[in-house]
Amino acid sequence: MSTSFFEGVLSSAALSGTSILYATVGEVIGERSGIVNLGLEGVMLVGAVIGFVVTAETGNPYVGVLAAALAGATFNMIFAYLVVTRRGNQLASGLALMFFALGLTAIIGKSYVGKPIGGLKDTPIPGLANLPQIGHALFEKDLLVYSVIPVAIAAWLLLYRTSWGLRMRAVGEDKTVAFAAGLKPHRLQYQALFVAGLLGGIGGGHLSIAYTKTWQEGMTAGAGFIAVGLVIFAAWSPIRAILGAVLFGGAVAVQLQLQARGSNVSPFLLDMIPYVVVLVVLMLFGRVKGRVVPAGLKNVFEGTG
Amino acid sequence: MLNRFLKLVAWSMAGAAILAAAACAGSSSAPNAAAGADGHAPFTMGVIHVGSKTDAGYNQAHAEAAAVVQRNLPYVKVLEAENIAENADVSRVIENMISQGAKFIVPASFGYLDPGLDVASKHPDVMFDHPAGFKQADNFHTFWATSDQQSYALGIAAGKMTKTNKLGFIGGFKIPNVIDTINAFTLGARSVNPKAEMHVIFDNTWSDPGKEAASTNALADQGVDVITMIVDSPITIVQTAEQRGIYSVGFHSTEVQKYAPKGWISGIGFTWGGFLTREIQSIEKGTWKSNPKNLLGDLNTDMVTLAPWGPAVPNDVKTMVEAKIADFKAGKAQVFTGPVKDNKGSVKIPAGQKGDPSLVNTIDWFVEGVIGQGS
Repeated sequence: MSTSFFEGVLSSAALSGTSILYATVGEVIGERSGIVNLGLEGVMLVGAVIGFVVTAETGNPYVGVLAAALAGATFNMIFAYLVVTRRGNQLASGLALMFFALGLTAIIGKSYVGKPIGGLKDTPIPGLANLPQIGHALFEKDLLVYSVIPVAIAAWLLLYRTSWGLRMRAVGEDKTVAFAAGLKPHRLQYQALFVAGLLGGIGGGHLSIAYTKTWQEGMTAGAGFIAVGLVIFAAWSPIRAILGAVLFGGAVAVQLQLQARGSNVSPFLLDMIPYVVVLVVLMLFGRVKGRVVPAGLKNVFEGTG
Repeated sequence: MLNRFLKLVAWSMAGAAILAAAACAGSSSAPNAAAGADGHAPFTMGVIHVGSKTDAGYNQAHAEAAAVVQRNLPYVKVLEAENIAENADVSRVIENMISQGAKFIVPASFGYLDPGLDVASKHPDVMFDHPAGFKQADNFHTFWATSDQQSYALGIAAGKMTKTNKLGFIGGFKIPNVIDTINAFTLGARSVNPKAEMHVIFDNTWSDPGKEAASTNALADQGVDVITMIVDSPITIVQTAEQRGIYSVGFHSTEVQKYAPKGWISGIGFTWGGFLTREIQSIEKGTWKSNPKNLLGDLNTDMVTLAPWGPAVPNDVKTMVEAKIADFKAGKAQVFTGPVKDNKGSVKIPAGQKGDPSLVNTIDWFVEGVIGQGS
């Protein structure tokens, strides 16, 4: 029952790319409102542990996913309070919260390490699941995998096709101007970070509830930072984030598939593939015109609202 | 609008707080026997874990050992700390345990070696036992147990039970004792099934459930139908293997079977409880310093054992494995018996010769049958 290299990579990319893509889309929304959250790793961990605990206690993975989302959003509200209301330094606040989350989640999850859960089961899509090459890889997965691309598209619509998105992006470009135009920058940033937290929480939840069905301290293992990096790679677009997550997930999958197939290259070199791919893409496309950093990421806003 | 939004925030915060409180209430600390309850002089021992005590792996093996000490010597007070980083944190934890009266410390992680030695040099009256360390001092001994004989024997089970002739291994890092295990397992499998080949993935981390799940899937995609591993916690790999409908062989703790009720074959478990009990007794008697400074257990000691068989293992396979174990115990068989070729075709151990026991610490080549993995 050995599968093709392509199918193996695709299947693995779909799984490992999913949690990263949720988090990346969330971070795009946050950064569009003018806030960089280096604590995303912590948001994902909080989502992962609360999602796992609730799934273990209720036996219902969907309740677990919901709890993961709300927990991620709640945790992100602490960050929002620090950087929006208290105007703390974004980078320092994010990192501090990441370390806080590492400890907090280890305590919360302490008695849940090694607890078996049913978790989110695969739901094959009738018909599509039997397609050659891509059937098992893409259409025999869990519901969170199926919904991640629609969520990214929805995020794009939210940002570019709703007045809320327009207002939020205006805040991300220039808070002072947005404020002068009668918008409430702080409220909009809180909302953006709430949505970002929901998505980051789901990303972490997917890792613990669906993908690995285990909880382990620090299990996100840097996925949150990769998501922050992919936002730049994706030029702050949720649609391009899909490409980024697929590329990154695919590169991780390629190196594992190569090892499994007995490649004669050192595993240390293979381990570098995902990062080399990201670097190469950034070098090739880094200077494309129209790649606009939300200007607010560079400024400090002193007004209220 | 703002009020509604703030309300939502407040509600979700309250919800998360309740969840967190429930989670904390669920965890309980291990009971410590009251020192000196039976008139015996009190003795305090400290064990530091790098991960969680319930990881069904490396850390759980050490935690179970502490529990065995507690059962054997009820007057001993066992202090345990989990999830301690391999840096100055562990030094502080050890100092803290010593200030609570600990006379015996088990810094149970490879990376605790240097910080442990450092603290030990300041406390000559406190004895240390470190797992798998390669440096010793007068009050700092090291211990481990060889497991390549068990790996060879379980390789026999894997070689007999595979239908695709493809076995898989997921390792944390490409280091000698991991290579040694892979080689022993492969030799065992090929001794009964010359067509068996071993596919190896190194994750370059001892603990990353996401990568472990992806590695298991990559091997299963490749047609591998028996999987084994050396990572800190085998839970994710064994669970994913079960989901994919393939067999698994565990490593570290004997408590992994529940994650793979169908596909479990067996596993290697390290059982340090008896050894640590004897260490405490010799500290009390004052003879500890004359113990071997680096103690390496094997099948003939109580430091390493096989996990119970899974339901899928046929009786003739069990008999073959157990017979091989008996041969190893009696010294009638050796894992590396020449001729042994590496996977590039050159003879590494000539016919008629046996492998040097120090290979476990130096080996950097794979035996014939291991696919790829250039250096």
